[in-house]
Amino acid sequence: MQILLLASAVVGFGAGYVLGSFQMMILIYAGGVVLTTLVTIPNWPFFNRHPLKWLDPSEAEKHPKPQPQPQPQQPVSSKKKPSKK
Amino acid sequence: MHSFGYRANALLTFALTILALMCAMASFSDNLNHPTPTAQVQVLNINWFQKQPNGNDEVSMTLNISADLQSLFTWNTKQVFVFLAAEYETPKNSLNQISLWDGIIPAKDNAKFWIHTSNKYRFIDQGSNLRGKEFNLTLHWHVMPKTGKMFADKIVMSGYSLPEEYR
Repeated sequence: MQILLLASAVVGFGAGYVLGSFQMMILIYAGGVVLTTLVTIPNWPFFNRHPLKWLDPSEAEKHPKPQPQPQPQQPVSSKKKPSKK
Repeated sequence: MHSFGYRANALLTFALTILALMCAMASFSDNLNHPTPTAQVQVLNINWFQKQPNGNDEVSMTLNISADLQSLFTWNTKQVFVFLAAEYETPKNSLNQISLWDGIIPAKDNAKFWIHTSNKYRFIDQGSNLRGKEFNLTLHWHVMPKTGKMFADKIVMSGYSLPEEYR
């Protein structure tokens, strides 16, 4: 999408500058924006030909997400306290 | 990018940002233009030269203004606003500028012109200092862009003077 828009802007600016016509630049750029809209926004089926295979919900329950273990902080702080005193 | 709204928002904001950049570049390209305008004004006749009842001098004159402002136009120019001002010095004010005539030039074709006219706006002094006064006629112009920065410049033409006595 970004490449399409940038390309149409560059072409538009170049054409407008060479032709000496501001209107031409705006028209070419607007055409490019409309084209990009048609390509990117509607839900085209050919973009969905090879969908990702998500994990089945019944499979997911059999393998629960691991919980993070709480790290022990006591040894670090007790070492510091005696040196301050 | 999983919904229409998300994609539409991304596309629209990016498109508008690029549009703003294009307009900035278009305005910047005006700096690459080096204009060479010319102008000439002749005071054909002083129609009358009176002192008003309130004590201010007023003069009416017929002017012949010819100019070639075609080189000011670029692809990013909407119109050129041009006006002719009389400039002189008085004991009270170090600079007096009186606009005598103005016009709008919409396109490059109309930019090479010749006009024979009396002053469109009244030439009235603040006081009674105009007898025998020497003044400059300055042609000012504002190049108004389609987008971006407006450029203004002028040509000073000197050597004009008013009569010694009222007519």
